[in-house]
Amino acid sequence: MERPLTQHIKNNGQPLTIDEYQRTGGYQALQKVFRDMNPGQVQEEVKAANLRGRGGAGFPTGAKWSFVPMGETAPRSKYIISNSDEMEPGAFKDRLLMEGNPHQLIEGLIISAYAVQADRAYIFLRWEYLQSARRLAAAIEEAYGKKYLGKKILGTEYSLEMRLHTSAGRYICGEETALLNALEGKRGIPRSKPPFPQLSGLWGRPAVVNNAETLCNIPHIIAKGAQWYRGISRSADGGTKIYGVSGRVNRPGAWELPMGSTIREILEGHAGGMKNGYRLRGIIPGGASTDFLLPDNMDMKMDYDSCQTAGSRLGTGTMIILDDRTCPVGIVLNLMRFFARESCGWCTPCREGLPWLAEMLHAIETGKGSEEDLEILSAQCRLLGPGHTFCALAPGAVEPLQSALKYFRDDFVRHIKERKCPWR
Amino acid sequence: MLTEEEKKEIMTEIAQSERPQAACLEALKIAQKYRGWVSDEGIRELAPLLGMTPDELDAVATFYPFIFRRPVGRHVIYLCDTVSCWIMGYETMLDHLTKRLRITMGETTADGRFTLLPVSCIGACDHAPAMMVDQELHGDLTLEKIDSILDHYK
Repeated sequence: MERPLTQHIKNNGQPLTIDEYQRTGGYQALQKVFRDMNPGQVQEEVKAANLRGRGGAGFPTGAKWSFVPMGETAPRSKYIISNSDEMEPGAFKDRLLMEGNPHQLIEGLIISAYAVQADRAYIFLRWEYLQSARRLAAAIEEAYGKKYLGKKILGTEYSLEMRLHTSAGRYICGEETALLNALEGKRGIPRSKPPFPQLSGLWGRPAVVNNAETLCNIPHIIAKGAQWYRGISRSADGGTKIYGVSGRVNRPGAWELPMGSTIREILEGHAGGMKNGYRLRGIIPGGASTDFLLPDNMDMKMDYDSCQTAGSRLGTGTMIILDDRTCPVGIVLNLMRFFARESCGWCTPCREGLPWLAEMLHAIETGKGSEEDLEILSAQCRLLGPGHTFCALAPGAVEPLQSALKYFRDDFVRHIKERKCPWR
Repeated sequence: MLTEEEKKEIMTEIAQSERPQAACLEALKIAQKYRGWVSDEGIRELAPLLGMTPDELDAVATFYPFIFRRPVGRHVIYLCDTVSCWIMGYETMLDHLTKRLRITMGETTADGRFTLLPVSCIGACDHAPAMMVDQELHGDLTLEKIDSILDHYK
């Protein structure tokens, strides 16, 4: 089983230095690109690899790049940005990659920049990842030292400047247009699309925003080819995936496995199954903003299409486990409070609707709910769904709620009938 | 009043940025580094350096949870209250912290040693429950572990 993204990450918690990274084949893909490939060929290889965005939405990476204006007449500057603002609750996969092997991300970012002929690159990092910040800053310096960054990289005509931007909180900054506003020094609220960032992104110039894990795949696709990359996957989507598990399991953690590994393999094989005395009741498969799945789905492949068929989303691929000693209403209330707090406040349905949903869930959880509330909650899930709000935050927020109302309805009803939380 | 040292650091950030406003978050962080928080006066002084009005800068400052517009204690405890930490015992940890420190969420201890703040998922879900104290991450928390961690911060 191949683990291109993590096989060289050290067990002692230290990052790979540039020399160590190079000894494992690091920056070979970059050399190959500058020696043998034009930007169009890099884009074609990534398209052929079926690499889909690892940040949650799963948009094909090659297709995302293809909207960037190319050639002599294209606007300048052009930008590429690593979305390293990993803030999806339950997700800690990008942290593993950035702390363990920062140069892999930097090499991926340089090759991707070349593919769209960007002259400026940013890594947009969340504040809390201080270890990642120190290591990425040091690695960027090292890469400049080896002339992988800066003017006329490796003696070619291509130049690229890279900077690390450390943010200061707010979930919404992971939304790509909010991220762009934040980089410009404005409040991180989303923008309407179109225009799409590839045409008008940072200061009105073309910008591509790719997730950090996505970018870490690029050097391997270039080094070994699209065919190899598709071959290490067990699904139509290429490559491996960093899957994670948190909650009452024996070994919470994250592992790089073939794309399309099943929930059973991840949960039982790698996370060691449920802790003694706890039974599995539900799985939030891809971070907080994805619909619950049930134990019946254990043999489902964790890939984009299978998750969608089962009524959820792969999202970040980092599962949150609901056990039988945790209240399903309580978990949804906790999630809704998170989303209500993190709403940027720009559009009314999200700003007003999410706190109201949290209030209703709090009432049910504390024994003050009525059966009518369940109908209102269901209706609000539709009203806050896709097409009614400015961005995807509120539609994501209602995903765990709408599926909890379906799968754990009896538990909601018990709270209402018994006028208390049966778990407390 | 910003010191000469602070101004120099801020001007370096501005010079390295593509546009002055793009450096505004770093400027706020620098001001906060030297005094723990950013005052109204600080906002008024910083804004013109960044080509912003004080209101524009304040809109950014108040947007971010890690920029403080009010004084905080010598150390800030950020207890993660999001889903995986909540499942793994957040409420017990919160209860312990509030009793030990004799403050509720958002408050500062009488001796000015600690401020207790909520924080959204800090990406340490495999080590839940988790918290940060200032710039350090502490995972796999237990009540005993919290006690020994806090003893280190004077």
